[in-house]
Amino acid sequence: MALPDTAAIRTMVQKHKRYDHMFAILGLLCLMVGLLTLLALLVDMGMRGIPRIDWGFFTEFPSRRAANAGILSAWVGSALVMLVTAAAAIPVGIAAGVYLEEYARKNWFTDIIEINISNLAGVPSIVYGLLALGLFVYQFNLGQSILSAGLTLALLILPVIIVATREAIRSIPGQIREGAYALGATKWQAVHDHILPYSTSGILTGVIIGMARAIGETAPIITIGALTFIAFLPPVPGTGEPPAGMFDWLFSPFTVMPIQMFNWTSRPEEAFQVNAAAAGFVLVFMTLAMNGLAIWIRYRLRKNLKW
Amino acid sequence: MVTNMPNAALQTAPTSTIKADIRNFNFFYGDFQALKNVNMSIEEGRVTALIGPSGCGKSTFLRCFNRMHDLYPGNRYEGEIVFHPDNTNLLAADVDPIEVRMRVGMVFQKPNPFPKSIFENVAYGLRVRGESKRSVLEEKVEQALNNAALWNEAKDRLHEPAYNLSGGQQQRLCIARCLATDPEMILFDEPTSALDPIATASIEELIDTLRGKVTILIVTHSMQQAARVSDFTAYMYLGEMIEYGKTDDIFVKPRDKRTEDYITGKFG
Repeated sequence: MALPDTAAIRTMVQKHKRYDHMFAILGLLCLMVGLLTLLALLVDMGMRGIPRIDWGFFTEFPSRRAANAGILSAWVGSALVMLVTAAAAIPVGIAAGVYLEEYARKNWFTDIIEINISNLAGVPSIVYGLLALGLFVYQFNLGQSILSAGLTLALLILPVIIVATREAIRSIPGQIREGAYALGATKWQAVHDHILPYSTSGILTGVIIGMARAIGETAPIITIGALTFIAFLPPVPGTGEPPAGMFDWLFSPFTVMPIQMFNWTSRPEEAFQVNAAAAGFVLVFMTLAMNGLAIWIRYRLRKNLKW
Repeated sequence: MVTNMPNAALQTAPTSTIKADIRNFNFFYGDFQALKNVNMSIEEGRVTALIGPSGCGKSTFLRCFNRMHDLYPGNRYEGEIVFHPDNTNLLAADVDPIEVRMRVGMVFQKPNPFPKSIFENVAYGLRVRGESKRSVLEEKVEQALNNAALWNEAKDRLHEPAYNLSGGQQQRLCIARCLATDPEMILFDEPTSALDPIATASIEELIDTLRGKVTILIVTHSMQQAARVSDFTAYMYLGEMIEYGKTDDIFVKPRDKRTEDYITGKFG
């Protein structure tokens, strides 16, 4: 047997490893394209916007004078619309996901539903706006209101929540599920006592990612007729003449953060551009905060789950 | 082809009672027939082992006794598994699988405690049955943990997560979870294949103490384990029950050539 040619082997390994290094550098570059762009945007927006952000910026209504203009009606509007979106999308999305995973028989019909849900997640948001304009605003007569906007965004993020719920349920090991059924649990008992508690972290992550997407949506909200300039607040939820008056806020006209931003960027004056940057910074901060919350919740809840 | 002498062994034990009769039993995964014309009688209070090479259908057969296959689409049973003394056919169309699982407990291959406390794991079967009185739950949980030889190790940490227990302890916890609801039969699906030899010994010891109290059906890929723990052994091959009888007879003088080959290690 010939002696092994160690020098040749080393040269070959070195040569092959060149591709490792090349790919590592290429991958890092690709990563940087995304990260640096986001960072540049944030820094630019922050540098222009942060000096403008003070207490008054949050407590003032929009104004014709840029220095007096604030985002009060916009952030209140965004918060209330998100409240409606959450109230509508979370229970419906989770229930649909649980049904599809645990109850529905697997056949061609559920296959079609499954494909359609994935497709719905990719439908342009303006299409949801048109649907909502016809359905909620005119057909159901809900008006150009917080309720219409909240329901529209709920439709938009419903597929995200359904898919997240299904993924979370599927990540529960089959033997845990079988363990519950083997003790004589009904489907509802298994869902209530095991499947929902163990999938909460995954579902919440999906919910928050959906909500973070909804809070930045502009097109469907404009389509259903949000105002661009509004100098009053909706009634505080729960106040007003009970019982019907307590829900007056739902039917109030409104604006939201991205629309306020859009409105300011379309003004020629430089001062309004600064306002837009400041509002944008607040909006990005809200989105990042929500994503951060999702990561934290996932981390906290997963710590208790070991299998 | 099939050697159907299910009762040969039983006739020698006149005091025995039959817990379950399996008659003309077939099982299908879709179009694939996994079990072929199985006939046997299982004695009450005894340990019956199912042995055979991988893919012979022993686990499939075991999971028919609590109708685990009903959880997945496309599975089909034919024939009867009749439980005594009430002569209920577990596979009958009007028998709900949940009713069957209330009567038959199961211990899985890998310990599968719920990600809850030790107490809640054992109490869960009782909770499913609607028991919510703290005093009753506490009493039954203690009793079950005692019967599963886990009480001394677990009594001071009942409210700790079950995952803090070692693998062997977790498996005994799963047995306690079963025992808490007083099942008529317990199915063990290779209960020690994920455990080390010491934990395996403790599980086998535990199975021994359950003899006479509950009917046990155990699938094992270890012939030594079958010989150690069981009163009766059934050898299965390619979905058929090749031979069934007293464990001593099967291991000492198997009647079928195929059983002999498997037991002596010629294949499998």
